[in-house]
Amino acid sequence: MSTFVQSLRLWFAPERIRQEGDTPDYRFSLANERTFLAWLRTALALIGGGFAVDQFLPDLRWGVRVGLALALLGAGVLCSLRAVNHWVRCERAMRRGEDLPASRFPALLGVVVAVVALAMVVIVVFGWEG
Amino acid sequence: MGGVSAHASPPRDPGLQPERTRLAWRRTTLTWTVAAVLGARAALHDGASAVDVVACALCLLLWLGFLAVGHRRMTALTTGRPPAIGPRTATAAALCTAALAVCAVAMIL
Repeated sequence: MSTFVQSLRLWFAPERIRQEGDTPDYRFSLANERTFLAWLRTALALIGGGFAVDQFLPDLRWGVRVGLALALLGAGVLCSLRAVNHWVRCERAMRRGEDLPASRFPALLGVVVAVVALAMVVIVVFGWEG
Repeated sequence: MGGVSAHASPPRDPGLQPERTRLAWRRTTLTWTVAAVLGARAALHDGASAVDVVACALCLLLWLGFLAVGHRRMTALTTGRPPAIGPRTATAAALCTAALAVCAVAMIL
């Protein structure tokens, strides 16, 4: 948890991250930035999915529709916040010459997306209309 | 004239890293646009309440904010050896995205 608070401080403080270690090759920093943007797009896709579930599945029962939409939107929020946190940690690791941080988040997100997809299959096959 | 422009253009990275990063920003702003259009549609579809209108306006403001952040970064990426993205820019981009999801929750509930 304290490492999370530390990186939370780094989110807003460019001078602090520049104090650490050496500036890495600009190409590595740009690659880290592209990874960050790819995670942001993943978050946006989840958010768009939340909007789409709410708008394009009007026949679902209210609870199921809103529950699915909120699950997707919550995953989108987590994904975008985690994107900037992971970017800061990678940038700091590159400056200090450490290994890049390992993360459970991709596996977690994959499981969540699989569960939502299975739920959709069940809903479509058994037609749980409201 | 050709000599002048060759002198003015910055040295080019053979791996085209700044260009690839600029295109990644472009893809992200396009994805943002799609999400914002879906949000506007959600707000204005069936008899918009006051909360829906406010959330829709916020969506559009956040979209403009993200476009501004992206535009500034894409301008910075036109040099040959661009500096790394600052934590404030990255945080602003991510918080805009998270705030869009919060707007979406306000519209759906």
